[in-house]
Amino acid sequence: MLFFIETVISGLLAGVMYSLVALGFVLIFKASGVFNFAQGVLALFAALTLVGFLNGTTPFTHIDNPAFAMPAWMAIPLTILVMVLIAILVEKFILRHLVNQEQIILFMSMVGLAYVLEGAGDIIWGSDVKVIDLGLPQGAWDWLLDTHGIYVEKIEMVAAGVAGALVVVLAIFFQKTRIGRALRAVADDHQAALSVGISLRTIWIIVWSVAGVVALVTGVMWGAKSGIQFSLSLIALKALPVLILGGFESIPGAIVGGLIIGVGEKLAEVYGGEVIVAMFGRWFEIDPGIFTATENWFAYVLALVFLLFRPQGLFGEKIIERV
Amino acid sequence: MDAMAQTEKSPETAAETPPSILSVNNIEVIYDHVILVLKGVSLEVAQGGIVALLGANGAGKSTTLKAISNLLYAERGEVTKGSIVFKGDRVDARSTNDLVKRGCIQVMEGRHCFEHLTVEENLLTGAYTRGNARKEIRDDLELVYTYFPRLKERRSSLAGYISGGEQQMTAIGRALMSRPTMMLLDEPSMGLAPQLVEEIFEIVKLLNREQGVSVLLAEQNTNMALKYAQYGYILENGRIVMDGPAKELRENPDVKEFYLGISEEGRRSFRNVRSYRRRKRWLS
Ligand SMILES: Nc1ncnc2c1ncn2[C@@H]1O[C@H](COP(=O)(O)OP(=O)(O)OP(=O)(O)O)[C@@H](O)[C@H]1O
Ligand SMILES: [Mg+2]
Repeated sequence: MLFFIETVISGLLAGVMYSLVALGFVLIFKASGVFNFAQGVLALFAALTLVGFLNGTTPFTHIDNPAFAMPAWMAIPLTILVMVLIAILVEKFILRHLVNQEQIILFMSMVGLAYVLEGAGDIIWGSDVKVIDLGLPQGAWDWLLDTHGIYVEKIEMVAAGVAGALVVVLAIFFQKTRIGRALRAVADDHQAALSVGISLRTIWIIVWSVAGVVALVTGVMWGAKSGIQFSLSLIALKALPVLILGGFESIPGAIVGGLIIGVGEKLAEVYGGEVIVAMFGRWFEIDPGIFTATENWFAYVLALVFLLFRPQGLFGEKIIERV
Repeated sequence: MDAMAQTEKSPETAAETPPSILSVNNIEVIYDHVILVLKGVSLEVAQGGIVALLGANGAGKSTTLKAISNLLYAERGEVTKGSIVFKGDRVDARSTNDLVKRGCIQVMEGRHCFEHLTVEENLLTGAYTRGNARKEIRDDLELVYTYFPRLKERRSSLAGYISGGEQQMTAIGRALMSRPTMMLLDEPSMGLAPQLVEEIFEIVKLLNREQGVSVLLAEQNTNMALKYAQYGYILENGRIVMDGPAKELRENPDVKEFYLGISEEGRRSFRNVRSYRRRKRWLS
């Protein structure tokens, strides 16, 4: 039983990361109808930039100069500023020119953006694997280990805590502020939003900035676990099944979808083999170890199942229809 | 070719009306670079007036209103000729956002409420351009509720779930929250029961009187619109074919025949309109 709980917890903690990436997608999709293929690369770029500032790396030369190393309280706001700058550039050079274009054209522009950002990250900060040190605690969470015998990494708890806090802040921002309300208005009916004087350009810059901050958190948390490297950008692919589960337009959906996939992966990895053997072992000879490397495929299988039976996702926004 | 008819009558209209808050001067609108929809439309709205813009489906009423609020570019439309002047300033240099700040707001055809926002949140989005002036916005919210008491009852319902009439009220209330001096109303009667239409028009009249909002009202419901407006324009196929004080339009035999459905024929066919326009030109 303890082992089961441990599995679920580690699944949830991994799931938080998936949720974060998916959140970046949902925000942008809701506000501009753009499928932001670049969210993963955005996370990579944000993390690279932060590490660059922390280490005092000179851009383009990739040489660390301790004299320029910044403390975290300076590096983090500065990185956020860079993300806002990217948002402004994306609006100015991409979105503004593609209003009213076909979905596929917008999508291709995002693929293009992903490559540009990836290249920029490479050229500016270098392609070697980087270690991020924000002074986050390492090792097991002793209290839980001592009292309940459950092993959980401290850093994973911190990551989950930060992600949770971010979600709460976003929820308040969306529900309670004037800009948040305008964002939801744009998501609902962009023509009407225009007609009451909401500027789509401003709104786009704001959502992309928010997505940039979400990307920064994702990149840092993920990078703290496994180093900051190119593979970070591939977590974007993980967001796709999360979105199919949760619905493309639902923020709670992104969160719950991420958690389900995180837990599902871990449970499948640990117990999947046994279950299959128990079910079909009588007729076939099955290697109980077939459920390995679940993080590579489980989510996609789950997404396929969902596509077959519930294509709007768990939380697909209710389509209000009236006559 | 209609430019002649237009220029002929413009001097007299200019002479007898008070200073205009909005004037549209011979505009031409093209969608998608090829579809010519407005072929020289001119109209004036007097400060504090209610002006009706009448016409059948596809005449170009909505296009005219969108041209005024600078909403066309979002639909790949473009004003290619003529000018639109609001409060002495050309609108083409200004964004919709700017125009709303200056007091000109549109209530779009088909209501366009934000369905997943509550009624009150819908109203508050109307105050977007006013920034964070909380106290004043609260007061204006109450003001909207005094005009539309029904909305107060439904303030926390999602706008997607309220009735069509309530949605139209929400859309007008939302526009009112921007403190407009000029409201462009696009077919507020669409799909509503006659009694409700009257209720809404009465409120528009009140707003016009008490809040000093000038109104340009695009309508297919000619009868109703001419009851509330002081002046009317009739748009056919992208051209203004007739205009005059509402009272005269109501009495005009052609309007009676073609728009008020008083004759047997009705006015469906384009050929009728052509002959009627020709007749009109000979007469005037
Ligand atoms: N985005 C667009 N692209 C191309 N053509 C358009 C577009 N919008 C409108 N039109 C065309 O312009 C003409 C005028 O349309 P408009 O919507 O202005 O008419 P309307 O008078 O408002 O009609 P209704 O009473 O049906 O609302 C129509 O023939 C319509 O097909
Ligand atoms: Mg129309």
